[in-house]
Amino acid sequence: MSRYAKTFAGAAALLLAGATVVAGAALVAGAAHAAGPDVGQVQQQATNWTAIGMFLAFVLLTLGITKWAAGQSRSAAQFYTAGGGITGFQNGLAIAGDYMSAASFLGISGLVYTSGYDGLIYSIGFLVGWPIIMFLLAEPLRNLGKFTFADVASFRLGQTQIRTLSACGSLVVVAFYLIAQMVGAGKLIQLLFGLPYAYAVVAVGLLMIVYVTFGGMVATTWVQIIKAVLLLAGASFMAYMVLATYGFSPEAIFAKAIEIKKTDAIMAPGGMVKDPIEAVSLGIGLMFGTAGLPHILMRFFTVSDAKAARKSVFYATGFIGYFYILTFIIGFGAIVLVATNPQFLDAKGALLGGSNMAAIHLANAVGGNLFLGFISAVAFATILAVVSGLALAGASAISHDLYASVIAKGRVSEDKEIRVSKIATVFLGILAIVLGIAFENMNIAFMVGLAFAVAASCNFPVLLMSMFWKGTTTMGALVGGFVGLIASVGMVVAGPAVWEGVLLNPKGSALIPYNNPALFSMTLAFLVIWLVSLIDRTRAAAAERASFEAQYVRSQTGIGASGASAH
Amino acid sequence: MSVRHRTSVDGRSDVQNDLVERVRSNPKFQELVTKRTRFGWTLTFVMLAIYYGFIMVVAYKKEWLAIKLGSGVMTLGIPVGVAVILSAFILTGIYVARANRDYDALIAAIKEDASK
Repeated sequence: MSRYAKTFAGAAALLLAGATVVAGAALVAGAAHAAGPDVGQVQQQATNWTAIGMFLAFVLLTLGITKWAAGQSRSAAQFYTAGGGITGFQNGLAIAGDYMSAASFLGISGLVYTSGYDGLIYSIGFLVGWPIIMFLLAEPLRNLGKFTFADVASFRLGQTQIRTLSACGSLVVVAFYLIAQMVGAGKLIQLLFGLPYAYAVVAVGLLMIVYVTFGGMVATTWVQIIKAVLLLAGASFMAYMVLATYGFSPEAIFAKAIEIKKTDAIMAPGGMVKDPIEAVSLGIGLMFGTAGLPHILMRFFTVSDAKAARKSVFYATGFIGYFYILTFIIGFGAIVLVATNPQFLDAKGALLGGSNMAAIHLANAVGGNLFLGFISAVAFATILAVVSGLALAGASAISHDLYASVIAKGRVSEDKEIRVSKIATVFLGILAIVLGIAFENMNIAFMVGLAFAVAASCNFPVLLMSMFWKGTTTMGALVGGFVGLIASVGMVVAGPAVWEGVLLNPKGSALIPYNNPALFSMTLAFLVIWLVSLIDRTRAAAAERASFEAQYVRSQTGIGASGASAH
Repeated sequence: MSVRHRTSVDGRSDVQNDLVERVRSNPKFQELVTKRTRFGWTLTFVMLAIYYGFIMVVAYKKEWLAIKLGSGVMTLGIPVGVAVILSAFILTGIYVARANRDYDALIAAIKEDASK
């Protein structure tokens, strides 16, 4: 048994002991809660042992995989990118697992349940970024990069400046995305398992640390693949059952849903798009934000070459698109099968646990208690897969970009870099736990949108311009990238959702009228990169422009690209 | 900024410079770049047009999507929405098919020429 495997076994044992304590404490906590004023809810959300058992089975399986991954080679390539040995199909599934969050599963099916068609509009925004990644980014990204997207952005530009910028962009995106996931995990565990909030936040943080530090990209990839398969299978079963109940006639389902909702407004766009500028800005944020998410971009380095990168996007787009069609059916299924059943409703006729529980109650309605446990466990496993990808992307930005390149100027051994990466993962895990607990009672609905807006306004423009425009210089990318970063964060803070909704300023006092900044902040970033690069007359700038050709040849052909490492 | 920074291509050897020059002047490379760039951006604009076209209809002409199909409750919006989802998948499929057929062969030929 290697040293790593031993440490791992120790950590796993500790974790399982922790899980037992948590489960035991839950019994006590459950009893204490039952005495509270909110009795009706607590009875419905009593500790769900089926769900907890299935989730523990998932955890055991993934820990086993992590142990196996820990026993493999410990090179940096293995840690960051699984040695480039993931196939296109596997990576497509892993990307889907990385991208389909519990928020999309529960949130979008909940949105369809309450607003019908508007949920479909929203989900489309999350899909349309994928073709753009395929047409513009996937192949050059694989040809130029090694571990992080900063490798690509800084390929011919100033290492220190561009890696610092990219790391800032990555870490801001990772931080907001992580907080959203942690708070989501805490809320879910209360609803699904009947366990206290903090247990979920601590458990997710600890598991994330174990997966990433011991198993690196190999374990993270398999956690994401397993989760994607379970989620797609579970959602397919639910959609199938809904369709089967109505003789596979969408018309019959829609007719019944209209009858129940007493309005046919659910069949067409409703109140979601009030302001066209807001709608376009949201669309731009989702579309180009997808193409700037560090944990997604990183996945392209896990395959052997550009051809496999291309294949992964094709499969990923298929899986994600299929998934959004399923959530639409599930949302309508919840209207016809859940909204009519008093078992799932409170005294006022609202969904127990809120509209985000639509898919969960539907699981119970179509598959009974066992399937309810399965879907609850999958929803929670979904969060684990997403946070693991985020943690790895954040840790790589710290170790590979900030530490190895900016601080140590490349003079660092592989072992040392990986060690820094693991320390960074532990740090990020603890930070995520602390922030998850701190944000428990905050309105965090804006955070995923903000993460996408930053990705679209900082990471994406810098990446695209450095790869496609010869004239891009270090100064241009640096200034433009930071302008995009600051503008997107600043505009979100100054917009109504945060200014009035979170910072509790009086209604109507928001400094800008939009919640979604990407239309402005991304455009601004591109403009500044272009303008500053144009007036940059330094000698370094001239050298950077001159070295574009070599970069271009490699980005187009893959000549000189890092291949899959030997196994 | 007068800082002398280390870029990956600074200090390339003459052999590498020679290689880049050779690939660049290869007509097959020109063909690959022209074809792939044009096709990639064309498909990008098709996707942008489909998506923002859809968003514009949602913003300004909601009633179009509420048009009933046939005598039932099905509206035009449902198949249109599903079609937008399918279009994303189909467009990526078209790109992969073309890349597999044309670009890979060209890239292989360019690599072959470069190694001579």
